[in-house]
Amino acid sequence: MLNSTRSLLTALCLGIALASGAAIADNLEDITKRGVLKVAVPQDFPPFGSVGPDMQPRGLDIDTAQLLADKMDVKLELTAVNSTNRIPFLTTGKVDLVVSSLGKNPEREQVIDFSDAYAPFYLGVFGPEEAQVSSVDDLDGKTISITRGSVEDIELSAVAPEGATLKRFEDNNSTIAAYLSGQVDLIATGNVVMAAIAERNPKRLPVMKLNLKNSPTYVGLNKDQPALLKKVNEIIAAAKQDGSLNDISEKWLRQPLPAGL
Amino acid sequence: MAYEMDFGPVLANTDVLLQGAMFTLGLTAIGTLLGVGLGIAGALVRAWRIRPFNYLFGLYVELIRNTPFIVQLFFIFFGLPALGLRLNEWEAAVLAMVINLGAYSTEIIRAGVQAVPPGQIEAASALAMTRMEIFRHVVLRPALAKVWPALSSQIIIVMLGSAVCSQISTEELTFAANFIQSRNFRAFETYLATTLLYLAMAILIRQLLGWIGRRYVVGAR
Repeated sequence: MLNSTRSLLTALCLGIALASGAAIADNLEDITKRGVLKVAVPQDFPPFGSVGPDMQPRGLDIDTAQLLADKMDVKLELTAVNSTNRIPFLTTGKVDLVVSSLGKNPEREQVIDFSDAYAPFYLGVFGPEEAQVSSVDDLDGKTISITRGSVEDIELSAVAPEGATLKRFEDNNSTIAAYLSGQVDLIATGNVVMAAIAERNPKRLPVMKLNLKNSPTYVGLNKDQPALLKKVNEIIAAAKQDGSLNDISEKWLRQPLPAGL
Repeated sequence: MAYEMDFGPVLANTDVLLQGAMFTLGLTAIGTLLGVGLGIAGALVRAWRIRPFNYLFGLYVELIRNTPFIVQLFFIFFGLPALGLRLNEWEAAVLAMVINLGAYSTEIIRAGVQAVPPGQIEAASALAMTRMEIFRHVVLRPALAKVWPALSSQIIIVMLGSAVCSQISTEELTFAANFIQSRNFRAFETYLATTLLYLAMAILIRQLLGWIGRRYVVGAR
């Protein structure tokens, strides 16, 4: 009984795998023929993707997706996804591309392919323009606000010198408030949080002093699609050249595209 | 899906927890001394209607007793720097605890002061006691003796309430617990240990206050 159930399940899985394999045979040609580029974008992760006051998705990823569709000369069809289902949406062929603040890691690389990076995503130590900090050792004697248990907390705690004081707060808002009210010299956080500060308090916008962890975002696409991958990379490279990706970064992250991206 | 207990990661951080507990006790000690002092002053001013201070204390008591502690704390730590007064997290925590306990103990002690029969004060004046002597022996001590249990409870409440100070990065016991929990994700074990520590500290303080009360306040009349 158990055995037959198991073989039935195996057959079922195989069937699904075959069917989805067929579905993702989609390539660049199919997209142009269809005249529609289907892209998965976030809706819960500003400034990369959120729902605007007009109930339309907006954000860096949406603008990037629009750029890709425009350059391919097709219409754009957006699908809102979250961070857990964005890769399944791609692998089951429901979308052609994932432009959803997707970072690269070995586990993901086994399942999907990545384009070149299109936006910066990093954790760093930020501070006022005049603060003299260029290396980790310069943090000695400084107080830095940081959100407890965050990735930046783990990263910075490992490298911070003895003389640096990390003041740990419960959430990003308290961490930001401590910096803006002058209770600390520096703030350790991500460039996304920095964009949120820029939106609310552009006068005291901190600038990046140290980069703790770099994890830029990539367009995700299904494996074995060389034509589509090539096209996406060409568009990204051209957009870096002509400054349109930089405009998108300035618009949503309030920071220019880093040179090395 | 039984949860596997593992106290190892918590025990490895015993020193962090104990240091946090020490800081909590220190905060409570300073907060209590200054706060009860403030409360005694406030109680006298309020009970004896010394103008204009009785109005000021009245305002202060209403303001503090009718707003949340965490808001008072955030106002001091995040808000006051806008007015140029920048207190670090310890100063802000102590100040918040002092003004909070000061307001509550003003009302508690005032009840005691008002319960002292006027005849008792008149009798003391008739015995040619100075105002200071009357205040110390005839008013304050009997007043404190009457309200000692209520005051002790309020001090325990302030000690437990100091957990909120973890929100402005004051590294007391709750901060230590949150810190450990954020590193090893052993929420049950960490907070169980923290709960027991708070319980032990509360019992310790209650015993201590009980002893002080019997020895110096209630007993030695």
